[in-house]
Amino acid sequence: MTTQKRPALRVAVVGAGPAGLYAVGQLLDQVDVDVDVDVLERLPTPHGLVRAGVAPDHPLKKRVIDNMFEFYLDHPRVRFFGNVELGDRVVPADLALWYDAVIYAVGASDDRKLGIPGEDLVGSYAAREFVAWYNGHPDFSDRQFDLSSERAVIVGTGNVALDVARILTCDLEVLRQTEIADYALDTLSRSKIKEVLILARRSHMQGAFNNPELEELGESSTVAVELRNATLTPEQQCLEQQLDWIDRRKVATLKKLQQRQLENPEKRIVFQFLTSPERILGDERVAGVSLQSNRLVGDSPDTLAIEGTGETTEVATGLVFRSIGYRGNALADLPFYDSTGTIPNALGRVLQHNEILPGVYVTGWIKRGPSGVIGSNKKCARETTSCLLEDLAAGRLKGDVLSPVAVEAELRQRCKALVTQSDWHRIDSAERLAGTAQSRPRVKFTDRASLLLAAGVPE
Amino acid sequence: MPYVITSPCVADYSCLEICPVDCISPNPDDDAFDHAEQLYIDPDRCIDCAACVDACPVNAIYKQELLPPRWTHYAEVNRDYFRNAEKRIAVVQETSL
Ligand SMILES: Cc1cc2nc3c(=O)[nH]c(=O)nc-3n(C[C@H](O)[C@H](O)[C@H](O)COP(=O)(O)OP(=O)(O)OC[C@H]3O[C@@H](n4cnc5c(N)ncnc54)[C@H](O)[C@@H]3O)c2cc1C
Ligand code: SF4
Ligand code: SF4
Repeated sequence: MTTQKRPALRVAVVGAGPAGLYAVGQLLDQVDVDVDVDVLERLPTPHGLVRAGVAPDHPLKKRVIDNMFEFYLDHPRVRFFGNVELGDRVVPADLALWYDAVIYAVGASDDRKLGIPGEDLVGSYAAREFVAWYNGHPDFSDRQFDLSSERAVIVGTGNVALDVARILTCDLEVLRQTEIADYALDTLSRSKIKEVLILARRSHMQGAFNNPELEELGESSTVAVELRNATLTPEQQCLEQQLDWIDRRKVATLKKLQQRQLENPEKRIVFQFLTSPERILGDERVAGVSLQSNRLVGDSPDTLAIEGTGETTEVATGLVFRSIGYRGNALADLPFYDSTGTIPNALGRVLQHNEILPGVYVTGWIKRGPSGVIGSNKKCARETTSCLLEDLAAGRLKGDVLSPVAVEAELRQRCKALVTQSDWHRIDSAERLAGTAQSRPRVKFTDRASLLLAAGVPE
Repeated sequence: MPYVITSPCVADYSCLEICPVDCISPNPDDDAFDHAEQLYIDPDRCIDCAACVDACPVNAIYKQELLPPRWTHYAEVNRDYFRNAEKRIAVVQETSL
């Protein structure tokens, strides 16, 4: 007796960041069913925030691209279509007709605002914009950042805040060996910044950074670290001992960083705890920030809270970065929760008015919000692909699709300069070749025109 | 000497999936995974087979005596994680009595 194997399942993954690519890997791992995957990405390049977010001085983390993600994209059952923005000439309703299932993994392309006066002055930016700029993201490469102020202020204490502080104070010789955008190197080489002031609303026991990122600040012999408002009242002294292991380690590292004796520190990073920005000062340009002091209340780590003391001070600066979180954007007519910046879902199945939309899934930051490390997206994608496979087994996917050839023809007709995996390989090789000449991992193309030229794709 | 996970770890649990003695934590099936900064190897249970080293996409795993100088303290960090995990389990058992 011969059993007839189901024709290959046809899945589209929208967004070629970690979440989408882990989903691809998991679909390829299936033994009972063959899955063909098309990956649609708005940029001409894959890899999402691993290319355009992870700091250039963290090359080890970027190895996940070569050792994992490229392996998936090169798989014969997978096609990459770059330079295709969903919501533009191709919309979710098209994909619903073309594929058995669609997984949206578009990440978080906006950020949370401070909501204080002066936030829109020239010189006040999102850390997100600065990060995308120094990483050569083509939508941000024409930005200008004026680093002529002696002090930069960062609001927020997450890993992104530490990345920005590190890049702003980093030894240029170190950065010259990385894949940082050339124009960013040039701007940084003219920087006058001597101090990066990190403002933390909460206490030194509640930093949002991770331990490895914090410890790394101790590896610099030219950048001193200073703590402000990190002493506790006698009644609160015992709190530090009650913290969990991760937070205890952070507090110990902060103290170690402060005690370091550097011979000739050229720059410094100052953590000012229990301080909230109240207003960004200036007429057209940022001239300073008005700060409000907070005090810590509560008698156990779980009940710690802060309250304003009413005391205000001012600090002079020409540059403010808000770094209080990324935020997802609505995508075309897909459902969207404005309060969380995510697509409503149950374990990855997209919900509309609390009903499951058949064949539509979500994973990554647009599913759960902007948290976790790269690998968190693997678990997140696993939950989503399990639901998809369950729905397949239960006969809940429609099974009426366009052939791979027809899909490509549709895409080529609607999107002028489609970038395939072999086109991306051309970009990748050219970037690496340029890097070899300068002993750098790569020299990035940073605008669409030069990316497409390197890809060999006429605009 | 056991193997040790260092700071480049991106918590993609490829090592955990391949470890023959299941000595890497936290498991993605546990809630602790959702707050983990990285994964850790239990030095008392690691059998030094090195399977995890090849599985790691970011080369974050080293044999303890070969740890690069900037990461030697990770031997203690890995060990400490399990000391604290044991404490946590003890606390849970106590309170559930
Ligand atoms: C500055 C920064 C530094 C970080 N550093 C680290 C680190 O050192 N280690 C670590 O473990 N994690 C780090 N992270 C976290 C990690 O990058 C994220 O967890 C991960 O990238 C989220 O994956 P994602 O696939 O959901 O989103 P993304 O990586 O953002 O991928 C989404 C993709 O979708 C594409 N897209 C968006 N809209 C559309 C559309 N309409 N049509 C088609 N495609 C679209 C985007 O172009 C992008 O390629 C960092 C994050 C940031 C922001
Ligand atoms: S060396 Fe072997 S036993 Fe030890 S953690 Fe790695 S895979 Fe597990
Ligand atoms: S394989 Fe490497 S990156 Fe992944 S969890 Fe293990 S040590 Fe971390």
